[in-house]
Amino acid sequence: MLSRWQFGITTVYHFFFVPLTIGLAFTTAGFQTAWYRTGKEQYLRLTRFVGELFLINFALGIVTGIVQEFQFGMNWSSYSRFVGDIFGAPLAIEGLLAFFLESTFLGLWIFGWGRLSKGVHLTTIWVAAVGTAISAYIILAANSWMQHPVGYEVNQAAGRAELKDFLAVLTNVTALITFPHTIAAAFMTTGALLTGVALWRLVRRKGPDDGAFRATAKAGAVMLLVSGLLVAVTGDIQGKIMTDQQPMKMAAAEALWETEQPASFSLFTIGTLDGSQNVFSIRVPYVLSFLATGDFNGKVLGINDLQKIQEQKFGPGDYTPNTPVTYWTFRLMIGTGILAAAAALWFLFRMRKGRLPGRGTLAIAVALPFLPLAANSFAWMFTEIGRQPWIVFGLMTTATAVSPTSTTLEVLITLVGFTLLYGVLAVVMVGLMIRRVRAGLPEATADKGFEHEAEPELGFGY
Amino acid sequence: MELTTVWFALIAFLWIGYFVLEGFDFGVGMLLPVLGKTEPERRAILRTIGPVWDGNEVWLIVAGGATFAAFPEWYATLFSGFYLPLFLILVGLIVRGVGIEYRNKESSLRWRGRWDVLIAVASFIPALLWGVAFANIVAGVPIDGDKQFTGNLFTLLNPFGLLGGATTLLLFLTHGLVFLALKTEGELRDRANRLVTPVGLVTAVVAVAFLAWTNVQTGTLVSSVVAAVAALAFVGALIANRLRREGWAFLGSAVTIALAVASLFLALFPDVMPSSTNPVYSLTTTNAASTPYTLTIMTVVAVIFTPLVLLYQGWTYWVFRKRVTVQPSAKR
Repeated sequence: MLSRWQFGITTVYHFFFVPLTIGLAFTTAGFQTAWYRTGKEQYLRLTRFVGELFLINFALGIVTGIVQEFQFGMNWSSYSRFVGDIFGAPLAIEGLLAFFLESTFLGLWIFGWGRLSKGVHLTTIWVAAVGTAISAYIILAANSWMQHPVGYEVNQAAGRAELKDFLAVLTNVTALITFPHTIAAAFMTTGALLTGVALWRLVRRKGPDDGAFRATAKAGAVMLLVSGLLVAVTGDIQGKIMTDQQPMKMAAAEALWETEQPASFSLFTIGTLDGSQNVFSIRVPYVLSFLATGDFNGKVLGINDLQKIQEQKFGPGDYTPNTPVTYWTFRLMIGTGILAAAAALWFLFRMRKGRLPGRGTLAIAVALPFLPLAANSFAWMFTEIGRQPWIVFGLMTTATAVSPTSTTLEVLITLVGFTLLYGVLAVVMVGLMIRRVRAGLPEATADKGFEHEAEPELGFGY
Repeated sequence: MELTTVWFALIAFLWIGYFVLEGFDFGVGMLLPVLGKTEPERRAILRTIGPVWDGNEVWLIVAGGATFAAFPEWYATLFSGFYLPLFLILVGLIVRGVGIEYRNKESSLRWRGRWDVLIAVASFIPALLWGVAFANIVAGVPIDGDKQFTGNLFTLLNPFGLLGGATTLLLFLTHGLVFLALKTEGELRDRANRLVTPVGLVTAVVAVAFLAWTNVQTGTLVSSVVAAVAALAFVGALIANRLRREGWAFLGSAVTIALAVASLFLALFPDVMPSSTNPVYSLTTTNAASTPYTLTIMTVVAVIFTPLVLLYQGWTYWVFRKRVTVQPSAKR
């Protein structure tokens, strides 16, 4: 149980930085390309500004990533023994293919200003950005295997699952749809950050760079909306695949205890969600049927029926995830996502024809980046908690996956240790981000790299 | 050669790469507040590893991933068994990485001074504990018939383990000094250069004691010869450093670390984690390995991509081959 908390906390924390790293890498590369093509100084300064935010993020993304890899062995050794033949390969390949690319070329990019030719230097940030995307695909393929195991056989004698078809693992339909969903969410998160930051500058710190921030705010909002649409479309396809592969997760997402046809979707419910009487709920007919099956009259199996089916298949046991948590994380994921999109739309409207949103909207601009971040976290909680009691769906339960040797005290020490350390680092990191945003666009010349940048003389005139 | 042997060799290669490369990062990190007397000097010290330290650390991530993929039982027993040391190593790596990246992002000297101390401590911890871990792996730890580690933190803190820790710590410290002498100029370079001999002599005594003990316990003829060559390379490094041939000195200390680690892996083979409870329970390249199918796929991927990685990482070192100069203050 403690191990689950630890994995949950460290993973959600790690995933604050992952989407921003992916999105900001491509944004930085985009600005630098614009500078390379046009030679306009404004683009160079935007490259540096966004690049700084990217690097502050990346530092935490990478160090928390090592913890992720080590945890499988430290806290989940039984899991590692059982699935290592399949699950280990993607992790190793991710390191060899993606992490080496990201970190090596980022080093070249950070310190390569003025040392590499402009074209080569631009290439380094693109290579690093592509590295982040490759890494995302491989690790999502590994996670998708836990959601929907394919290409394997269980070897009873050896007591483990063995890889039979690696291509099947890499082209798992779950991975194919989860990847665009996650990448789109990453750009949505990044769009929200750019919009929030640029709007704050426009409203609170008017100055000569307003033109650049105005363009950034609009570009961010458009990025958020377009990727938001993609998130919705891919999420919808995911929902149908999920209903097919893990019907229990969909049933729990609605707290649907009895099978319904057609099934209605509740916007929210006041009540216990334990199958007893719900006090109050707003329901939209047919919607759950559509979400789950693509047909407004589709039949959606309820938790009680699914529990019986799984008992027949896997033997006696409780196969129902924590329904209230699954129910609410599902709604919060969608809700915070929609809210972010609505805010972006509204800001775009307020910025039409050279206008500016008033000071009263500042709070919304500041809150905006946190909405997709929250949506991401809820999404991971939903998909991981909704899979319970399984760690690998249909193959291995979470309870049997933990390390038998680590004591409660040991896990408690590391749990508290990581949580405290991560908390402190979060404060430091947010503080640095705020300082950067306050400082605004840095003065930039093409030959000076980041190593000179935070000198006392530069950019802290406030 | 069997695939399991190939993967044992590959994992050894990854650890060698990790220790040779990150070894000087650890050394530089520990030396940062000691060797850098002034703020510009400290910035220069960090700039020597700035472009490369992150890429160096990936060797660890790949070594861990490769162990998981090729020898899941080894990965599971090792990582769950060495629970608290690995936690401390992780904390060290986190704090050090964040420190290197965040230190220069604020101009206040207090902020920077604090990070410098943290970077030094956070470099010290893994530099010590990796040696403790590997000494224990080679010597053997209590493992039962279910391949589970049955000891605790204090099982690992035995004299032999601590000697192993002191060995990696001192080797990395010397390696870092040699690297700094190679990569800096002027007074900083002189200071690093002068320190190599005294630190190196202490290192030599400890490292020879550790490698001799290891090879007497579990060594083979080959592993002993490799250890002896490592010692010779170290002597060469110290002499080259005295002659101010810093490139050769760095090559010498790199070869020393590479061969010392190789000697440990040679002494380990064909076990991957011997059991001190009963040799029958030992994890070996055979009983800890993945299926031939997985190993084949991994081999194909490794054969294609490892040379590529070596090529572009090598290019990075070429791009940043110049010595780092101490810059009084950035120009506005």
